[in-house]
Amino acid sequence: MQIVAKGLTYTYDAKSPFAAQALRGVDLTIDEGEFFGIIGHTGSGKSTFVQHLNALIRLTGGSLQVGEFDLADKKCDLRALRRRVGMVFQYPEYQLFAETVEKDVEFGLKNFQKELSDADRASAVAEALETVGLDYESVRGQSPFELSGGQKRRVAIAGVIVTKPEVLILDEPAAGLDPLGKKELMELLHAIHGGWCKTVVVVSHDMDEIAENCTRAAVFEKGKVAMCGAPADIFRRADELAEMGLDVPVTARCARILRERGIDVDTNFTCDDFARKVIALWEKGGEGRAQ
Amino acid sequence: MLNDVTFGQYYPVRSFVHNMDPRAKIIFVIAYIVAIFLADNFFGLAAVILFLLVAVLLSRVPFGRVLRSVKMILFLVIFTAVLNLFFYAGESAYEPLLQWGIVRITWESVVNTVYLAVRLFLLVLGTSLLTLTTTPVSLTDGLESLLKPLSYIKVPVHELALIMSIALRFIPILIDETNRIVSAQKARGADFDTGGIVKRAKAMIPVLIPLLVSAFRRAEELSDAMDARCYRGSKGRTKYKKLRFTWRDLVGFFYFAALITGVVLLNVYLGGRFEFLAWILN
Repeated sequence: MQIVAKGLTYTYDAKSPFAAQALRGVDLTIDEGEFFGIIGHTGSGKSTFVQHLNALIRLTGGSLQVGEFDLADKKCDLRALRRRVGMVFQYPEYQLFAETVEKDVEFGLKNFQKELSDADRASAVAEALETVGLDYESVRGQSPFELSGGQKRRVAIAGVIVTKPEVLILDEPAAGLDPLGKKELMELLHAIHGGWCKTVVVVSHDMDEIAENCTRAAVFEKGKVAMCGAPADIFRRADELAEMGLDVPVTARCARILRERGIDVDTNFTCDDFARKVIALWEKGGEGRAQ
Repeated sequence: MLNDVTFGQYYPVRSFVHNMDPRAKIIFVIAYIVAIFLADNFFGLAAVILFLLVAVLLSRVPFGRVLRSVKMILFLVIFTAVLNLFFYAGESAYEPLLQWGIVRITWESVVNTVYLAVRLFLLVLGTSLLTLTTTPVSLTDGLESLLKPLSYIKVPVHELALIMSIALRFIPILIDETNRIVSAQKARGADFDTGGIVKRAKAMIPVLIPLLVSAFRRAEELSDAMDARCYRGSKGRTKYKKLRFTWRDLVGFFYFAALITGVVLLNVYLGGRFEFLAWILN
C-alpha cells in the first residue's frame, strides 16, 4: 500500500484558547516496501501525522490516500483500514490488559477476523509470538503483567502484528530500552519487514537508529516536512539539522571532524559502511599522510 | 473522546477576577449561594443575575464558556422541574390550570418550577466561574488556608488539601492516558461506538485495566518521589506562593455585601414570590 499525503493540516482543540496547530501542510509519499523513518523534535507533528494513517485522527484538512482508502471520504471503512495498517504506540506495554498473554495477543484477531476458528487463531497467535522472539508454549498462559519490560513490549508488538497488517507504524519503538534491547528490537523490525509487513514506518528521534535501518526518511519541523530522502542525503545536511535542534548520527559527526581535517569520507552513515570506508582510506592514504 | 470534559477547567486569561485571592473567591461564592437562597422573589433573582453578569464580564471568560457548564446539569434541572411542575403539593389560592389524576398544575407550581430552575442554573454558573478563574492549585491553597482552624481539632487539613490537589493534578494526565489507550485499542480493532450498553461496557475493559494499572504505577512513583524529597506532611512547611488579600478582594467584599443587602431589601419591600403572583393575577 502506497501512502500519499498532500497538504495535510491539523489543529488540536481548534477554537479554544488551547488551540495548537500540529500539522501545517504535510506533503509526503511513502511507497510500498519501504522501511521509512520519521524524524523530528517533540511537537514537530510526527505523532499526529502517523495517527492520521489509520484514521485514529480523522482528516480535517488536505488529502490522504492509504492504498485504496481515501481518508477524506467520511464513509471510509475504518475497520478494514485499521486491519491493514497496524499501529504500535509509544510504550505499547502500557496497553496490555488481558489475564494471559494469549488472550491479549488475540484481541486484535477477535476484533478483525471474527470468523477465524479457534485452531487458526491459536496458530496465528503462536506465529506472532515466535516472530517477536517469545516461546509460545511457555508464555501463553502467563499474565502479561508478570513479564519483564522488554518481554511486555514484545507481547504488545505481537498483539499488533498478529493480524498481519501490510503497513506497520511504530512510534518510538525503542524508547526506554537499553542498548542491547534496542538492537534486538531493530533486528525484530527487520525480520517483520522482510516477512510479515511490507511497509514499516518508524517514528524516532534517535538518529543512529534511522541511519542504520531506514531506506528513506523524512524530517518533520514545525508541522511540515523539512527534508525527505535517503538517510545518507539527509545526514549530509548536518548544519540544517543542527539549526532545527536535531542531532546527527555518531558516524556523521565523525565524518564532519574528518572533513575539517581535509579527509572526505563518502559514506551512507551506517556504522559498518563508515568503518569500512575509513579503513580503506587509511590503507590507501596512510603513507601519503606520513610525509 | 474525552475532550469535552470542561467541568471547571481553568480558563487562562488575566483579569480582575483571576487576580483575586482564592480564599476571597471561595468566601464570595458562598456569599453568592446564600444570596441565591435568600432571594424570595424574582427581583431578588434578577439582582443575582445582574451581579453574576458583571462578574463574568470582569473575568474576561467568554459567556459561551461559562454557559457550557450548565449542559452537565441540564438533565437534572429538567427532571426536577417536571416533578415540581406536576406534583407540587402546596395549597393553591387559585383554580388549578390543569388537573388530571394526581397530576395537578397550579399557578404556584409554575412559579415554583421556574424559580427552582433559575436557582439551580445560577448555582452552577456562579461556582463554575470560580473554577474557571482559579487554578486548581490556588483553589486548594485557598481551601487549606480557610480550613486551617479545623487543624486545632486534629483534622488533617494539609493532608486533605494535598490529596485534593494531587487528584486534580492527575485528572488531565489520566484523561491523556485514557485517550492514548483508547487509540491503541482502536488500532487493534476495538469498537467503542456501537452495540448495546452491555457490549459497550465490556468494550471498556481493555481501556480500564491498563488505566488502573498505570494509575497505581503513577501513585507509586509519586510517593517514591515525595519520599526522596523528604516530604513529611505539613509540619514546618512553608509556602512558595503566599496568599495575600489585596484591594481587589476589598472591592469584592463590598460587591457581595451590596448583593446580599440588596436581596434582603427586595425581600422586605416586595414580599415573597406568591405575593408577587397575587399582585399580577389580580
